[in-house]
Amino acid sequence: MDAETIVNLSYIVAAILFIFGIKMLGKADTAKRGNLLSAVGMLLAVIVTLLSKGLDFKLVIGGLALGGAIGFVTAKRVQMTGMPELVALFNGFGGLASLLVGWAEYHRAACPEGLVEQVLSADVTSFTAAVTVLAILIGGITFTGSMYAWGKLSGKLGGRALTFPGQKAFNALLALGIIVAGVIFSISPTAEIAYTLIVVVIVLSLLLGIFAVMPIGGGDMPVVISLLNACSGLAACAAGFVINNNVLVVAGCLVGASGLILTVIMCKAMNRSLTNVLFSGFGATAQASSGESTGELKPISAEDAYYILEAAKNVIIIPGYGMAVAQAQHAVKELGALLEENDCEVRFAIHPVAGRMPGHMNVLLAEADVPYEQLAEMDDVNPTIEMVDVAIVIGANDVVNPAAGNDESSPIYGMPIIEAHKAKTTFCLKRGKGTGFSGLENQLFTAPNTRMLYGDAKATVTSMVTQFKES
Amino acid sequence: MELILLLFIFVLAAFLGFELIAKVPSQLHTPLMSGSNAISGITVVGAILAVNTSSSGLSVWLGFAAIVLATINVVGGYMVTNRMLGMFKKKGK
Repeated sequence: MDAETIVNLSYIVAAILFIFGIKMLGKADTAKRGNLLSAVGMLLAVIVTLLSKGLDFKLVIGGLALGGAIGFVTAKRVQMTGMPELVALFNGFGGLASLLVGWAEYHRAACPEGLVEQVLSADVTSFTAAVTVLAILIGGITFTGSMYAWGKLSGKLGGRALTFPGQKAFNALLALGIIVAGVIFSISPTAEIAYTLIVVVIVLSLLLGIFAVMPIGGGDMPVVISLLNACSGLAACAAGFVINNNVLVVAGCLVGASGLILTVIMCKAMNRSLTNVLFSGFGATAQASSGESTGELKPISAEDAYYILEAAKNVIIIPGYGMAVAQAQHAVKELGALLEENDCEVRFAIHPVAGRMPGHMNVLLAEADVPYEQLAEMDDVNPTIEMVDVAIVIGANDVVNPAAGNDESSPIYGMPIIEAHKAKTTFCLKRGKGTGFSGLENQLFTAPNTRMLYGDAKATVTSMVTQFKES
Repeated sequence: MELILLLFIFVLAAFLGFELIAKVPSQLHTPLMSGSNAISGITVVGAILAVNTSSSGLSVWLGFAAIVLATINVVGGYMVTNRMLGMFKKKGK
């Protein structure tokens, strides 16, 4: 058996490990092993690749060590609240790597100076050229898109959707430029201007990534993050076509497909189509809803809130992005535990798109050691919500906005929500009186049975906890 | 022929990917995403192959940069996923 056969057989094994890994990641009790399994697959793929002839080992090992060290330190240091940004950041790196692979491969074929074995420019077929364009295009969009998302999520760029007149036309123009340059390049990849064209594709793709994510508001980030994740897989897949490597094609495609499914799940949870999320500039154009707030906001002190909670027998807690920002998850867990001791049934109602990435709230509550049995999904909570004595909304807004159910003019009309307004009493913890990320008025806040608890969520919850302990 | 074969693999892998996570509980969405994100760092294999002694100057450095970036993606991705899943695990008991 020659070396190449061994390499290819090992790639098949790696692909199998990835498949089982993803499969096992989908079930709670096998998830950890699944992740390890796919990591073993990756290690195997990398090791057998090192067996290929003619590698510059100093650089390869140096690169692996450098990247590994950076990845290791970053992963160790990150706070759980910083998880959405980190996923975006890693994702962007993966996309850029695929772009560079495509570019490097083309450069090698196009500029064969100082070669050991002569690679002729004529070797670049139209197909190779086309997939190179795809690798660069998808990789480039993934990179800058993820970087922009990272900036939004970490608060460096402001979370709001940014739009400017003619934005759609501008983006369409960018896309058109990429298509034209890409097609000409693919038809004649050996022409003299080919290299210029590929540089044009690189630059325009990078720009398109930025401008595509710019008009998408913070509340839609779960969709964007999971879509970018799918894109980074597809970029790797395209890079696989460029270098004729089956493990890249299989692994990249698996990630692309599973990422796409996750994206669709997120969209369904908001009852919106993917096109609507990507192109509507949601949140930037939101005007005062026609369903004007009829009631007034009724503030309540943490002390009074405590007396109500003390008498409650059935409480649900509805966390949102605000809980992540205030890092209130540990205080919230403590409050939950005290309520349980007080003979009260406590559940955490988690909306599928609460937070800034898929499953964001679950991660935070898991970090705070909230018992698994207390987590409930939206569909389990809604049917019995009238029985709930107190619903505590912590930094959530759109996912509890009744306008989604009763105001047809609302941009979020039709989105399934946790019906906190139907609970006997609702507490809303909020930093200030402003509207949420989407810029919409929330009728829940002015509903007759709603009481507002203003201030930092962590401080508010902690003060309720203290009251419980003192009594 | 090789291309057709690759396309064949591509299509099958796409269907497999769709099938694999049709039903995933929502608390696993984040680990699933960051875990599959780590897999997309497979492009490191392509990056390694690009750092070839038969390559000219620029390709080597492009490849080197790609190795570094993809490895960050791979190592970081698997490790945060592992950390997250560790937290999920402990509360069951």
